[in-house]
Order: sequence, then C-alpha cells, then structure tokens
Amino acid sequence: MNVEKFSYDNQYPKLFALATIFWGVVALLVGVTIAIQLYVPALNLGIPYTTFGRLRPLHTNAAIFAFVGNAIFAGVYYSLQRITKARMFSDVLSKIHFWGWQLIIVAAAVTLVSGITTSKEYAELEWPIDIAIAVVWVVFGINMIGTLMKRREKHIYVAAWFYIATFVTVAVLHIGNSIELPVSFLKSYSVYAGVQDALVQWWYGHNAVAFFLTTPFLGLMYYYLPKAANRPVFSYKLSILHFWTLIFIYIWAGPHHLLYSALPNWAQSLGTVFSIMLWMPSWGGMLNGLLTLRGAWDKVRDDPVLKFFVIGVTAYGMSTFEGPMLSLKNVNALAHFTDWVPAHVHVGTLGWNGFMTFGMLYWMIPKLWRTKLYSKKLATVHFWIGTLGIVAWVIPMWWSGITQALMWKEFTEIGLLKYPNFLETVLQIVPMYIIRSIGGTLYFTGLLILVYNLFKTIKQGSFVPEEEAEAVPFDRTPEPVKYGMIHRYIESKALLFTALVFLAIIVGGLVEIIPTYLVKSNIPTIASVKPYTPLELQGRDIYIREACNSCHSQLVRPFRSEVERYGEYSKAGEYVYDHPFLWGSKRTGPDLHRVGKKYSNMWHYLHMQDPRQMSPGSIMPRYPWLLEWDMDKESIPAKISAMRTLGVPYPEGYEDQAIADLEKQANEIANDLIQNGIDADPNKDIIALIAYLQRLGTDIKNEVAEK
Amino acid sequence: MFSNLLSSIEDVSVYPVITLILFTFAFVLVVIRLVFMDKRTVEEMKNIPLEDDNEEFITNNENNNEKKQII
Repeated sequence: MNVEKFSYDNQYPKLFALATIFWGVVALLVGVTIAIQLYVPALNLGIPYTTFGRLRPLHTNAAIFAFVGNAIFAGVYYSLQRITKARMFSDVLSKIHFWGWQLIIVAAAVTLVSGITTSKEYAELEWPIDIAIAVVWVVFGINMIGTLMKRREKHIYVAAWFYIATFVTVAVLHIGNSIELPVSFLKSYSVYAGVQDALVQWWYGHNAVAFFLTTPFLGLMYYYLPKAANRPVFSYKLSILHFWTLIFIYIWAGPHHLLYSALPNWAQSLGTVFSIMLWMPSWGGMLNGLLTLRGAWDKVRDDPVLKFFVIGVTAYGMSTFEGPMLSLKNVNALAHFTDWVPAHVHVGTLGWNGFMTFGMLYWMIPKLWRTKLYSKKLATVHFWIGTLGIVAWVIPMWWSGITQALMWKEFTEIGLLKYPNFLETVLQIVPMYIIRSIGGTLYFTGLLILVYNLFKTIKQGSFVPEEEAEAVPFDRTPEPVKYGMIHRYIESKALLFTALVFLAIIVGGLVEIIPTYLVKSNIPTIASVKPYTPLELQGRDIYIREACNSCHSQLVRPFRSEVERYGEYSKAGEYVYDHPFLWGSKRTGPDLHRVGKKYSNMWHYLHMQDPRQMSPGSIMPRYPWLLEWDMDKESIPAKISAMRTLGVPYPEGYEDQAIADLEKQANEIANDLIQNGIDADPNKDIIALIAYLQRLGTDIKNEVAEK
Repeated sequence: MFSNLLSSIEDVSVYPVITLILFTFAFVLVVIRLVFMDKRTVEEMKNIPLEDDNEEFITNNENNNEKKQII
C-alpha cells in the first residue's frame, strides 16, 4: 500500500474563522441596538437607515448568513479535509467561495439599510444578490463533493452527511423561494401571491432554520465534540437513524408557521403532525451529543470548549422541544405573533449556534496557530457571561410573550375586550424589553472577551498555512454487493448519496406545495377583491421598503378576541393580488389588515410624522422622511406590466394611464389633508402610503355593501 | 377531518396518507440497515475523527498526551 503525502489547507478555515468573529460582532451590535430601540424609539436618530424596520433584517441576515454562515464554512473546511484525509478539492473554488460570500454580505448590508428588500423573512435580498448567492453556494457544493470524491478515507463520516444535506437542501430552498420577476435592477416581485407566497416562504423559512442553522451544526457537533472530548461519538447507529429521520421529516413541518392563518386546514394539520414527530430525531441528536461525554464529565469542569458544547447541545434540545410544542394549535394560538417566538429563536441562535461556534473557535484557532489558548480563565468568564446573557434574554421574552397574549385575549364580564387599546398591552411589557437588551449586551460583552482572547492567542502562535499529512488511499475496486451492504455502498458514493438526500427532501417539499400551487380553486376567490390602484401599489412598496411588516401583521386570525379587536378575520381570497404576501410574523404593533378607513388621512399623516402625537407612549419610530421624500412615479408603468405578467388583471395598455390615475388619487388625498389644515404635497411618499393603508382589508366590505 | 375549503381538490386526504406511508417505509429501511450493520465497520467509522491527529505537528495538545498515555 502506498502512503501518500499531502497537505491540509489551513488558509480558508482561518479566513472563514476570522470573518465569523468580525461579522459576529457586527450582528450582535446591531441586535443590541434594535433591542434598545424598542423602548427608546428616538435611537433611530430620525433617519431612515438606522430605523428598526431596516436594521432588523440587517441583524437577522448578519447573524444567520454572516456570523453563522462563516462559522459553518470555517468548521466544514477544517473538518472535511480531516475526515476525508484529503485536501479541499480546489483552492480556487475556496477562494471564490470565501470572497464571494463576503461580498454578498457587504451587498446585503448596504441594500438592506437602503430599504432595498423583498420583505420575505431571511430572504430579504433582491434578485441580483440572490443569483450571486446561488452561484457561490454551488461553488461551495462542488468544492465539498469534489473533496469527498477524491478522499482517501473509505467511509464518509456522518458529519459529512450533514454537510451534504445542508448543501443540497439550502440550494433547493433558496432557488424555490427566490423565484421573482425583476421590475428593475434592484426591485422585483415574488411570482407567488398571497397564500401561496406565504406557504413557499415558510417552507423556506422553516427549512432555512433546519438546514442552515441545524444540520450543518449537527455535522460540526459530530466532529468537534468527539475531538474536544477525545472520545468517539456515543452511538454511530443513532447518528445514522437521526440523520435520515431528521432530513426526511423536517421539510414537511413548514406550515406550522401559518396555523390559524388563511392557509388550507389540511396543510396546517400536516405541519403540526410532522413538527411533533420531529421532536424524536432532534432529541436523538442531542442525546447522542451529550452521551458522548459519558465518563468524561470531569473534563467539562476544566475545559471551556466542552462547557460551550454542553450548553450549546442542551440549548438545541430545549429549542427542539419548544418548537413542536409551539406548533400545537392551542399553544400557537397563544404564542404566535408574540415575544415567545423570538425567545424560542434565540434559545437556538444564542445557545446552539452561538455557543457551538464559540466552542469550535476556542478549539480550532489554537490548532491553526499551533499554540495553546491564551487564557482558559477568560474563556470561562465568556462562558458564564454568555450563559447569563441568554437567560436574561430569553426569560423576559417568554414572560412578555405570555403576558401580552393573555392581555390581547382577555374579556370583561360583559363581553368586551379588557384591553381594547393595543398600546396598553405594549406598555405592560416594556420593562421586559429593557431586561432583554441587558441580556443581549451581556452576551455581546462575552463575544468581545472572545475577540481579545483569540487575538492574544493568535499573537503568541504562528500560523501554519499548509499542514503536512499522510494517508493510505482506500482500495477503489468495487466490492461485490452482498445482502445488508447496500447502504454502505450508497454511503461510499458521494454523488449517489447526494442524490438520495435530494430525493428525501424534495418529496416532502413537493407533496406540501403542489396542491396549493396548481389547483386554482384551492383559493376561493372573492368577487369584490380588486387589484391595487397605482398609488396604492406604490404605497405598498413604501410599506415594504420601510419593512412595516417587521412589527405589524396583516392577518386577523379567526378568534373572537381578534375579530373583536381588528374586525372580520382574514380570508385567503383577499390576498390573491399580493406579490409578495405581507402577513408578518410578529405583532410589536397591532395588526393592520383591517386598518383601511379606520382612521382619517390626517390621523395617518400625523402618526407617521410622530406616532406619539396620536398615541402617547407609542414605541413606534418617527418617519419624518416620508413627508419629505418625493414619490417615485416613473417606475409605475414597469410595475403594472410586471404585475400583469404575474396574473394581476390590469387591462392591456393600462401602463399609459397609470401615472395620471396615480396623480388623480394623490390629489384627492392631499386635498383632504389640506382641508384639515395640513400643508400636504401630493407628490410625497406619505400620500402613497396613506392610500395603501386606507385600502387595506376594505374590499370585502364592498362585497357586503353590494349585497 | 379536513377543511371543506378544499373539497374542490379530489381526495385531498390522500396526501397525509401518502406522507405517512413514505415516512414509515424510509424509517423501516434505515432500521433494517442498522440492525444488520457490521459491528467492526461501525467502530471504524466512529473513530474517523480521532485518527487525523498529526502527533508530531501538534506539540502541546493535552488531549493527545493523554491519549498516548492510554495507548
């Protein structure tokens, strides 16, 4: 047997690790800022670029795709080479992957604060960036599968299975959810509308959590936890079982984000059932991780790396218990749209992704720089501050979520809402927002300690870009396939394995989506629901630009408490022209689906100028620039034509008339404002936004009137 | 059991049934595979991450020292 000499590439694990730390600081800093903005709205400084609606997607994208994303790549590039005993497939691809990904992040940051967004959660980026993501992602995939194909180790270790599942599924999700029709260079409309768009979005959103925040980290857990504990994983068989069940089940559970919505009932039930089933494989993974430490718990006392891993895996177990629980319809009725959901999310991101990443960095950086960690003590301090930060973040948000939900639903003895003013329920939970921001600050402080500690570590070590290694390549002559060896055969074929993973995830996706997608009669149409006027369409795009949907839902659920508070519950047929849908996922402010004609134009004008003029104590930021910025009228013909392509029934040639119609409606609103003593200009953004808000949810009232 | 909203789709209730059958089928396949898996292979695979340490390269790794003592 020939022993081959080769070297591991340490350059890209290093660059990705440094990028992880850098973007982690950015993501957490933005997170702390918006947490404080929720009780100090003036912290947006009165300018659009630092306002909550724009910073919130910046925070989520930076945390998920920049911080966690780079951590995944650092971890994969380091571990994959070592479990395959092969150098990464191509240095050029590694380079394109690294720099491409960082450029995408920068482009994302610039566009998001500029209000260039599709509004779809965790998929806010506009179409040119979407294309770049797809290309870079495929580069990553080729680099990874190429490495697996030229590997020297015969078996593909389970960590790599999770990496493959990550690559395949994220590619499918990203492309499926990003199908949009460009209107201009930085503006597009989702090809899906209303309920369909919601279903596709949450099929994506849910599985982005599954295959970007979960499967890659399970892969990392299966490598770094055994390494740090210096013992093999507890049960390899369990890892196989929970791998296949996890990737098979996860993809079906998306509709649990849309319970009690206008989504068809069968899809909701399917989502719930699969969510509960998901609990089992998730805990299979958690137990496998924790039990790896059996007999080695004494090491946890001394080793900060293991401490981070233990809390990380435990947080994974907690959030995967909480997830199925939240998808029970009766729990969801209470928790949805409240702070309970961000609490659940942050157990996962701060605990699982954050702590696994920190543990991995504390282990890997000294290895890459051929030295020891500068200070175990500081790492332990980081661990405790971080843990305290998570607790101080999550518990107040559980508390606030349940408190507010109960207040929303409480009736007096004579059957009226006890808290009819939404603001009252907000003021009640402001103290919780304050504690949460302290929790976030603690967690952020922990990260700064990591930065210092690792900086010192790097300074005392010397980086080894090429790590010499040797291995015997395995015998590639095909074995005779015997009974019981089929899976091993599959496991040893990287491409075949990838294809099977694709099959497992695509079945779920298709069965879930096809019925809603193809059957038109699926969504009962309502005759009185008409397309938006040009001015309303423009207003809707301003609503999207300012990300009003970050804090306001447009979905009245069929509960007595919601019908009483907002009006008639929302019907699927009301959204047929909504490209994209704007249901939102969190009610920091009240639902807006029935806000049309509820208040006067003047009320909206003054409310946007300064919300506290109309609702003293409101935590909504001011939007003074809406009163100053000129409305964009030139884009209207292109938008009308794009909407018609997507099936919105504007008459042929309406483009030519659209601007005139827009100005006519704008003048009507401006005249109404002027009559009420406001010095309004029909050419400003605010006019379009008011037109849109006044239209919201009013179409079905017309139907009643017609009858 | 399912909403009347969808009565227009023929046999919509067949979807959950299909899913259940598919899942059970996949699950049983994996379990069968696990039952018949060769113990030695499992051990080999399990230890893959622990084999890659380049002893000469990593000079001051406590874990490695400990491993040497065990060996």
